[in-house]
Amino acid sequence: MGQNGAGKTTLVKHFIGLLKPTRGRVLVDGVDTRTVSVAQLARKVGFVFQNPDHQLFSETVEEEVVFALRNFGFDEKTIRERVDWALNLLDLTEYRKSSPFMLSGGERKRVALASVLAWDPKILILDEPTIGQDAYQKERLRHFIIQLNQQGKTVIVVTHDIEFIAECEPRVVLMANGKIIADRGAREVLTDPALIKESSLVPPEITQVFIRLNDLGFPRKVLGVYEAKRLILERLRGGLHNERT
Amino acid sequence: MAIIEARGLTYIYPFAEKPAIEDVNLAIEEGEFVLLTGPSGCGKTTLCRCFNGLIPHFYGGRLEGEVIVAGLRTTEHPTYELAKHVGMVFQNPENQLFALTVEKDVAFGLENLGLPRDEIRRRVDWALKVTGIYELRDRAPFELSGGQQQRVAIASVLAMQPEVIVLDEPTSFLDPLSARTILETVHQLKRELGITVILVEHRLDLAARYANRIIVMDRGRIILDGEPRRVFLDDRVRLVGVGLPKVIRLYLALKRDEVDLGRAPLSPEEASELILGVLKSDRG
Repeated sequence: MGQNGAGKTTLVKHFIGLLKPTRGRVLVDGVDTRTVSVAQLARKVGFVFQNPDHQLFSETVEEEVVFALRNFGFDEKTIRERVDWALNLLDLTEYRKSSPFMLSGGERKRVALASVLAWDPKILILDEPTIGQDAYQKERLRHFIIQLNQQGKTVIVVTHDIEFIAECEPRVVLMANGKIIADRGAREVLTDPALIKESSLVPPEITQVFIRLNDLGFPRKVLGVYEAKRLILERLRGGLHNERT
Repeated sequence: MAIIEARGLTYIYPFAEKPAIEDVNLAIEEGEFVLLTGPSGCGKTTLCRCFNGLIPHFYGGRLEGEVIVAGLRTTEHPTYELAKHVGMVFQNPENQLFALTVEKDVAFGLENLGLPRDEIRRRVDWALKVTGIYELRDRAPFELSGGQQQRVAIASVLAMQPEVIVLDEPTSFLDPLSARTILETVHQLKRELGITVILVEHRLDLAARYANRIIVMDRGRIILDGEPRRVFLDDRVRLVGVGLPKVIRLYLALKRDEVDLGRAPLSPEEASELILGVLKSDRG
């Protein structure tokens, strides 16, 4: 996370070898990125661009998803299965034969994601995946990332979407001016006023509410609606407490 | 008088099997700030394209019903004429930026209108400053980041000072703080210049506080149309899958536990005030 220009996209481009370090080194799965090609890294690292139009090019959605699988040499049966799976996962089955460019912005984002997920990379990098997505799709994405993570995949999400991160509560690496200024859990980072200020972010909605209630002794590190409700009800029903966190 | 009117509007893209928007009826009065939202593919962008004549003049297809903008029937007037009244900021700024410098891009529309040189100069400088990109004026738009490009697109439309500005997810590439600043600016301009604003946005938490009206679409139709609080509290909004702001969800969660904040909050500031109010009255 971090402001525009903080270096987030620049950093993750190193993980797929699109950029090579000027100093120091980047190891992906133990291998120095300077010693392998992008194509070799691509087998392990799936990268979904911020602007889907920068990576979509096929005549149909199906072809778009098939492309990498064919390049990697999967057999036809596996290709068919993977394509069906990816399209179904991203609610794109009805657009199988459509041109990606006829789809809406949010739909094109899903096509790009499907085309990368299809070959099941070990590491998945999503650059601003929630932009232009509606609430339902974001929720699907959230569940899906958690699922991938549970399967042992590494997922790196570059995002501005504070609410999305507040809901996922992952590890947050916060950048500002090309440097990492924090590397901690989401709850710590998103509720820290100094970090928020330094990185030009905005705290999550619920945190903003509780920052203003801090004078009454409410904790500040509140992220979710239900914990917020619980805290307010406790105060109302329990009388005056002095909970200072 | 309504600055934008749609009656029985149905539109089918070329080669499409079903309409992208169906039986849309709406009237937008001058000076309104309308938040247009709905799930992906619901027809928001399609509807916006009808407001400046891109539909049907650029996209072709089949349009039924009518759209009247600033008194002009869109099927009978070319896009360049309608563009004087309705400025549009596209979802993807790359689709509307083309000049060699930011300044030239922002000036383009004004030059086409044949305005005097110093008027163009004034408006361009104003638009660049108001969107916070004055220092970028000599840069090439295609070299800028997505967020910077969005500001250029907004500036180029603002410079034209049309009666209506349509912004299709104009801050999607911007970080939250910058997004807030831009929306705040647009809102201020609406107040100062009386511009009508139509904002397409998924992130209702950012935009709800500025809108006097929210229109929710789903599968090509308008499902809800009204004052923000009324729309947010309507049961149908949850069925559509629109992302309610967290403060609204908190209001609803508390209500279910018999705690009434009194009013549905449209911002964290409002929410904390209402909560404080309830806590104080409980004590006293």
